[in-house]
Amino acid sequence: MITFAIGLSLILLLVILFLLFRIGTLASIFRGSTQRAVGTTRTSNKVNGILMLLFLIVGGAAFAWSFSDSWDEMNQPLASVHGGWTDSLFWTTMVVIGIVFVITQILLFWYSYKYQHQDDKRAYYYPHNNKLEIVWTMIPAVVMALLVFAGWKTWTNITSAAPEDAVVIEVMGKQFNWMARYPGGDGKLGTANVQYIDAVNEMGVDFSDPNSMDDFMPREIHVPKGKPVLLKIRSRDVIHSVFLPHFRLKMDAVPGMPTKFWFVPTKTTAEMQNETGNPNFTYELACTEICGKGHFAMRFILVVDEPEDYEEWVASQKPFIEQNPQLLSKFTGESDNQMVLEKSAEEVKTEL
Amino acid sequence: MSSTDISINKDVHHAHEEHDHHHDQNFFEKYIFSQDHKVIAKQFLFAGIFWGFVGGFLSVIFRLQLGWPEATFTFLEPILGEWIVNGKLDSEFYLALVTMHGTIMVFFVLTAGLSGTFSNFLIPLQIGARDMASGFMNMLSFWVFFLSSIIMFMSLFIETGPAGGGWTVYPPLSALPQAILGSGLGMTLWLISMALFIVSQLLGGVNYITTVINLRTRGMSMTKLPLTIWAFFLTAILGLLSFPVLLSAALLLIFDRSFGTSFFLSDIYIAGEALANTGGSAILFQHLFWFLGHPEVYIVILPTFGIVSEVIATNSRKPIFGYRAMIGSMLGIAILSFVVWAHHMFVTGMNPFLGSVFMFLTLIIAVPSAVKVFNWIATLWRGNIRFTAAMMFAIAFVSLFISGGLTGIILGNSSLDIQLHDTYFVIAHFHLVMGAAAFFGMFCGIYHWFPKMFGRMMDEKLGFVHFWLTFLAVYLVFMPMHYLGIAGFPRRYYSWTGFEAFNMFADMNSFISIAAILGFTAQFIFLFNFIFSIFKGRRATANPWHSNTLEWTTPVNPGHGNWPGEIPTVYRWPYDYSKPGAVEDYIPQNVPFSQTQSSNLPHERDLE
Repeated sequence: MITFAIGLSLILLLVILFLLFRIGTLASIFRGSTQRAVGTTRTSNKVNGILMLLFLIVGGAAFAWSFSDSWDEMNQPLASVHGGWTDSLFWTTMVVIGIVFVITQILLFWYSYKYQHQDDKRAYYYPHNNKLEIVWTMIPAVVMALLVFAGWKTWTNITSAAPEDAVVIEVMGKQFNWMARYPGGDGKLGTANVQYIDAVNEMGVDFSDPNSMDDFMPREIHVPKGKPVLLKIRSRDVIHSVFLPHFRLKMDAVPGMPTKFWFVPTKTTAEMQNETGNPNFTYELACTEICGKGHFAMRFILVVDEPEDYEEWVASQKPFIEQNPQLLSKFTGESDNQMVLEKSAEEVKTEL
Repeated sequence: MSSTDISINKDVHHAHEEHDHHHDQNFFEKYIFSQDHKVIAKQFLFAGIFWGFVGGFLSVIFRLQLGWPEATFTFLEPILGEWIVNGKLDSEFYLALVTMHGTIMVFFVLTAGLSGTFSNFLIPLQIGARDMASGFMNMLSFWVFFLSSIIMFMSLFIETGPAGGGWTVYPPLSALPQAILGSGLGMTLWLISMALFIVSQLLGGVNYITTVINLRTRGMSMTKLPLTIWAFFLTAILGLLSFPVLLSAALLLIFDRSFGTSFFLSDIYIAGEALANTGGSAILFQHLFWFLGHPEVYIVILPTFGIVSEVIATNSRKPIFGYRAMIGSMLGIAILSFVVWAHHMFVTGMNPFLGSVFMFLTLIIAVPSAVKVFNWIATLWRGNIRFTAAMMFAIAFVSLFISGGLTGIILGNSSLDIQLHDTYFVIAHFHLVMGAAAFFGMFCGIYHWFPKMFGRMMDEKLGFVHFWLTFLAVYLVFMPMHYLGIAGFPRRYYSWTGFEAFNMFADMNSFISIAAILGFTAQFIFLFNFIFSIFKGRRATANPWHSNTLEWTTPVNPGHGNWPGEIPTVYRWPYDYSKPGAVEDYIPQNVPFSQTQSSNLPHERDLE
């Protein structure tokens, strides 16, 4: 019954609108405005011209208000060194484009309003002005050159090789969660290959490699504050992307092509909890490359510790193989298979 | 088929014979399998409008989810059936929705619907030709597109859903049916449909290029062409060079999916087993895809550059400012569009040095784009502006192009792209600059050339209502998305509530959704106006906008062959508006200088 009532009132509404439309058409025929060239009617031009101006002023004010109102929310707390560089470059660029935005939009709407049709007026025949055109080609060219230079410098710094002493962590994406692996005491990650993956050994680590014996796989990532951290990123199924919004860090996880990104965290989780006034604050890792059903739920926690706390935490971690000793039998028992597997493991360019 | 053999060669067929001929055509030859460019243009237009509503409707569904993530959508069950699970939208179907929204809007509406309509309609009419170089190929172009449309449309209704890996269909996700439901039959249909679509584009593009080069009327040199034709010409060249690359990517993907090759697959463990594929590169697909994908965004926006330039000049009653600079900047943009594709891939693990090169090339595009904007504004300056509905859309186009284009300067900067890549900042950027702006260009074209297409006028007042609601909605939807993007909200997320970092802006998302629904609803005003005016609109005169280009020298309802008599000869450029000394404020291109002695400029005196 309600659906029927809604339907009926909708139809009535449409009928009313249609009648209004017809009346409007008839009225304009009576007024004789149909005899004039389209777009030269005084009232219609006036209304549209004023609306243009209103759109500029009210729209501009609304934008300015909502922008400043959302300012605190849109600025994620910052916790990395290179994030400081990109943030300042971002806001500098925003100011530059903001100036262009304001000037061009004002001119566009103001001219539209000011030069609306008048019967007794004629437009100014002005096909070109070479000097003017050269000037307004050169100005954006110079500004772009400066922005390219600033961007290039920042980019080169960010993508430079990681320092030798960087803490190495392997991050692997899979449908639909993240896994992390630390190299353990020897500082070296053991090799890995998809062929070794099973329900327990989800990262496919090769446990016949001595380097993997002390590798450990915690349930959350810990990194020391103020030290360079190198993330070695890979995926075992489809493309994922490591995104740490507070560290201004993003890098795709590509199956068959390991990637990397290094950064220096500047604030511990505890410091950030104090700063934001949110006792539950945690650094989060999100996936930003569409990867399937659970794409929106690939959340992983990252904790920034004081260096000494970090060392303590590392010391408390048990190597994966110690927790799952049954895995070893798989690697020693199948020596024939192993030959083949090792060969294919070499072929894969994991560099891990 | 002899009756539809439209001759370009005036010596063989006299134009008067053409007139007799077209009475012989039966219904199918005239309206369905027509080789007349005007009918084909209308076919593309109707198909484009249909697809526009489908694409818009899909976005309304996923905006409901994003605006009210906690709500239950049982009321959608009649439409979506089992994609609503316990009142919740299925998260895999959500991905299929965004995928199909992107595919439909980019390819079926803004490529086929836009170029297909206006290139077909305007090229012969504005260069003074009886029809396209090959009417038959032109007809094939539409019908191959139609077939492709049917397949894509069908894929919406299959049990496993349409393709769901994003409109960019990156493998391995799109290659492995185990990875996502949409990569099953839906993806197969997507690939077949796109392959056909590319064939259609190539058939059309070859025709456009040939026609512009060979069939210009006497006097119509390249420097007397309206900017619309320059735009369509460059668009067709871009399509011709880039679409085959997408075809190759699609073919390789078909091979990977169905024939066990490993072009894009390597080291994959999925659904409980390790795959044998090795040695492929997932990034290779992205290179191939974006080699088309980036020119594609210019394939979408270039035609609207032309349309908007034409409409702004006509309705400002002024010559377009810097005609040659406008052509030069389009050329520059067209060439540069081929060497910037990897700016979509700064964070894929591509060599950082390549990143710097592509950043440099990308930011150069800002220069010709800025020149275009300045020239449009300079054209308005001291004009005598007629606010027709088309003109409103043209002015708004410039506004949207500025708003969306400027953020491209940020995203093209590789170090800023690290944080913003795949966030709502990107969504806001490209929806403004190539989505909404291209739509506005398309509306602008429809309102402007409707009288020539259907012999009647669209209702201007309804046009204004449609315009203001749409313009308002577009800004209300996409401006706030920048805030979400700066905060890092990732795109293609079914919901953000699982993350503490993204749990704000819930109200903002509801607000965006409301604005999106408002914008979509406003399109029904357009639809009504469009259909009603075809049948009942006010009758148009031959040249209702007092425009200079050749299409307005045809009769109100141009027949097969366009001009009943001889094709007009062209004497002047198309922008002689408000020339000092002239009687009227416009001088059509086919008026010789000898008839306008009072207004001729010094260098034109020799041409009298």
